Amino acid sequence: MTVPPVDGLVDGPSDATADTAVQVRGLIRSFGTTRAVDGLDLDVHCREVLALLGPNGAGKTTTVEVCEGFLRPDAGTVRVLGRDPATESRALRPRVGVMPQGGGAYPGVRAAEMLGLVAACAARPLPVDWLLDVLGLTAVSRVPYKRLSGGQQQRLALACALVGRPELVFLDEPTAGMDPQARRLVWDLVRALRADGVSVLFTTHLMDEAEALADQVVIIDRGRVLAAGSPAELTTGGAEQQLRFGARPGLDLSRLVAALPENCLVSEPQPGSYLVEGGVDPQLVATVTAWCAQQGVLAEDLRIARRSLEDVFLDLTGRELRS
Amino acid sequence: MTSRFAPGTFSPAPGRGRLPRMLLMQARTEFTLTLRNGEQLLLTMLIPLGLLVGLTLLDVVPVGQPRIDHVTPRILALAVMSTAFTGQAIALGFDRRYGVLKRLAATALPRWSLVAARMLSVLGVVIVQLMVLGAVAAALGWRPDPAGLAPAGLLLLAGTAAFGALGVLLGGTLRAEVVLALANTVWLLLLVAGGIVLSVETLPGPLAVLAAALPSGALAEGLTAALVNGAGSWGALAVLLAWATAAGLLAARTLRLS
Repeated sequence: MTVPPVDGLVDGPSDATADTAVQVRGLIRSFGTTRAVDGLDLDVHCREVLALLGPNGAGKTTTVEVCEGFLRPDAGTVRVLGRDPATESRALRPRVGVMPQGGGAYPGVRAAEMLGLVAACAARPLPVDWLLDVLGLTAVSRVPYKRLSGGQQQRLALACALVGRPELVFLDEPTAGMDPQARRLVWDLVRALRADGVSVLFTTHLMDEAEALADQVVIIDRGRVLAAGSPAELTTGGAEQQLRFGARPGLDLSRLVAALPENCLVSEPQPGSYLVEGGVDPQLVATVTAWCAQQGVLAEDLRIARRSLEDVFLDLTGRELRS
Repeated sequence: MTSRFAPGTFSPAPGRGRLPRMLLMQARTEFTLTLRNGEQLLLTMLIPLGLLVGLTLLDVVPVGQPRIDHVTPRILALAVMSTAFTGQAIALGFDRRYGVLKRLAATALPRWSLVAARMLSVLGVVIVQLMVLGAVAAALGWRPDPAGLAPAGLLLLAGTAAFGALGVLLGGTLRAEVVLALANTVWLLLLVAGGIVLSVETLPGPLAVLAAALPSGALAEGLTAALVNGAGSWGALAVLLAWATAAGLLAARTLRLS
């Protein structure tokens, strides 16, 4: 699918040479007595995708709304494309695409009318019909917004965020309420945006989404950063690697423990499922398989597992459900 | 993995749309939505039309003779109140609920145009109402004093501004359901006791004083003076402009996007 090329950038990116699209330092924002964001730092590098990952109520939307200029920070500094979103929104609006949580449209407006209105606010918008088609909204383009499904409303909101050909987009829970196909489409869109040089900050509470799309992941909870880095950085780290294998339950592990380096932990978390944690390298694998041979057991399903981002996330934010 | 999007599809090319086009698009969208909304049409068209015909043909409330000449200015005041105040407050309350103000505030539209375009749309609806109600009234024998047309135009503009500002004040601050209830209650109160259906002088003492100072009473009495007697009514105009200014300033401070 292609769209007509852009001719003659008149008031295009001015300071895209700066390598940070969004910089947040020491951000604090409270609502009444509740501190929603509590000393948060993050950087979205230009032409990169940052996932702000956290459980419900972690402060994701507050952070994004401060960056969008909808909320003023109580303390800290925020720079978006080198400007202060609270005071320079007029200069920033045309350059930034925003997908608010839960969308946003007149209840009675038709999808095509709404996208047309948002497109009219941009100098060189993407073609409205093309964008509706890409997002699978052509068939419902004349349906009033309030009669669209949640996923369709989300897709329209995404279209509104992209139609103005922004340099930077904020997507707040872009895949909430979407079916798997639509989710896949959003993933493809985010990848295409990145490939075309658009910087993206999106929020999610879905680990696989952050892992699949983001160059940088910032895990937050209770308004604070718990961990930040690339998905690989967050999920590896020698001590966090694991080797798992299956064998008959109840094997005597003492000789294996003796054969392995001191910093390794060996356990049988479930009967018949064994776990070796720490410094997984070729020598360790050889030691484990040699021990299996001595025991006369065939190690099944032997695999070296990195921690998934989900493990990291749950370790950091706790495993209990919160209201 | 190959992308379903050709490289360069989303290459940044940001820029602000042309202001007049943005404003007109927003106003046109809201104008269209109002005319498409059945409940709004009931409020802005059917009730004023019903009252115009009913009050002219049936002798239920005391009005001067010929009845049509005295009823029409009051119905025009009602039409302005219905559209600029009640209809707009309710629409704004629900638009905020559906996140449209935040959505539009995130575009290149300047902040003031969020309200300016709404006013433009309201003015458009008022003009349609005036044409329809004026045509029906003319068919019923309405003959306004030509000398009063210009003052009436001014009063209608000032009335739209006053009721519009009050509509934004109400619809821009409270929850949608509360807005719905309040806007309809106030509409009914002003219709009956605010100098619209019953002229200010037929209301009991203190209520008459109050009604004359309300935008409803000022607009209805001002329009009557203009269209029946051809007289300019500066007092009524001043009352409307005062309401427009006060409510407008307050609304600008209290408008919430969501």
